[in-house]
Amino acid sequence: MYDINVLYQAKSVQDAIELHLAHPEADIIAGGTDVLVQMREGKRAGKSLLSIQGLDEIRGITMEEDGTIRIGSLTTFSHITNDPIIQKYINVLGEAVDMVGGPQIRNAGTIGGNTCNGATSADSTATLHAWDAIVELTGPNGIRRLPINEFYIWAGQVDLQPGEIQTGILIPKESYENTHGHYIKYAMREALDIATLGTSVNVRLSEDKKTVERVRIAFGVAGPTPLRAKTAEALGNGQPLSMELIEKVAKAVVPDLKCRDSWRASKAFRTHMAVECTKRAFIESVKLCGGEL
Amino acid sequence: MEKHQIQYQTVHFTLNGKEVEKTVDVRASLTDMLRNDFHMLSVKKGCEVGECGACTVIIDGETLNSCLYLAIWAEGKNIRTLESLVGPNGELSDIQQAFVEEAAIQCGFCTPGFIMTAQEIIETGKEYTDDQLRKLLSGHLCRCTGYENVLRAVKKAIKKVMYKRLGKEQPAE
Repeated sequence: MYDINVLYQAKSVQDAIELHLAHPEADIIAGGTDVLVQMREGKRAGKSLLSIQGLDEIRGITMEEDGTIRIGSLTTFSHITNDPIIQKYINVLGEAVDMVGGPQIRNAGTIGGNTCNGATSADSTATLHAWDAIVELTGPNGIRRLPINEFYIWAGQVDLQPGEIQTGILIPKESYENTHGHYIKYAMREALDIATLGTSVNVRLSEDKKTVERVRIAFGVAGPTPLRAKTAEALGNGQPLSMELIEKVAKAVVPDLKCRDSWRASKAFRTHMAVECTKRAFIESVKLCGGEL
Repeated sequence: MEKHQIQYQTVHFTLNGKEVEKTVDVRASLTDMLRNDFHMLSVKKGCEVGECGACTVIIDGETLNSCLYLAIWAEGKNIRTLESLVGPNGELSDIQQAFVEEAAIQCGFCTPGFIMTAQEIIETGKEYTDDQLRKLLSGHLCRCTGYENVLRAVKKAIKKVMYKRLGKEQPAE
């Protein structure tokens, strides 16, 4: 038995919005792999829940007419990893969410829950930041779309207004076209562990594969929210591709980091790993783009 | 609503091939319902926070930790537990037999969960490398066997089932 006060079950997105407005004290539950654990450990004990588990309308991955990839918020990690659209255009996201928890957790946990939870360590989030994902929120006043970095406010805090439900995550065509990326999860165990640091890099090369047209670098657990290393990105954009450039860019991530000391790792170690992981993920992304170093 | 006023709901689902229905307390986990209301005692209560995998069941073809699943979410689902693998006269399935032969068991607490995941792996009908199998089995904790025998048993069962499916005789090792 879970220590649930009252359980509400939404039958549609509209129903969920109305229930959320009527019972603002109820926590939204999707896959349950975070909320139910926190209920067991006492953090959410005695709370009411609003279950959106049954809303199949926001499950699944589709390609919209303008080429935007839409990931329904209730899509589970394993379905993202195995989806042909994801594999073709943004395979790194499938690889990143394949590192969450263990297989059973990946069959239950959803990308919407992973992001709404607001954890900087969530395995999907560094990659979603690195690919300029857009979060779609549906509320009493209609649909609101905002860039994922604006969605995250602080550790555990996201921009969800009263009555709002996250219904999708969108990756615009401009973001994924001719772009390849790599994610490195640094953790103590290979399964069932939380990232000490998550690094996601993606690269677009010029047609002759000699110039870095665009590089985007994002981190999880390098600050209270996931963050982008814009200073380093600016150094790399438009520059001729070389090993020296990659090393220069990797070292330049440091000023944008907001690492802290925690029981998992020290600030110094995280900073060191951020530089090293950027370098490795950058090299891997270049290789995936067909570039030579 | 008053605090702790008990809420009940009736759920209908398929359990090990049989259509069932039950009125449950909405606070129940799927583990609670399967053990207490259906006597499916292969579904173990281990960590109850989704780390140990002892409560693993197959829901609509995918393995899930039943401890992190509300009982009411079972509505309309097809749920299978270890009890579904045993033949009508108590015969062991290939994967169970392989666990016995490879001594992939000691105390047995993690075994039903491991076997359900192994069953899901076998049902994909694919071949896997050792590394892939280790990853697929990584959602289970065992404190006795050291995992090597479990891996051997799963590999053995995959092979056996594959030969059976092809209708060929398996060469003796």
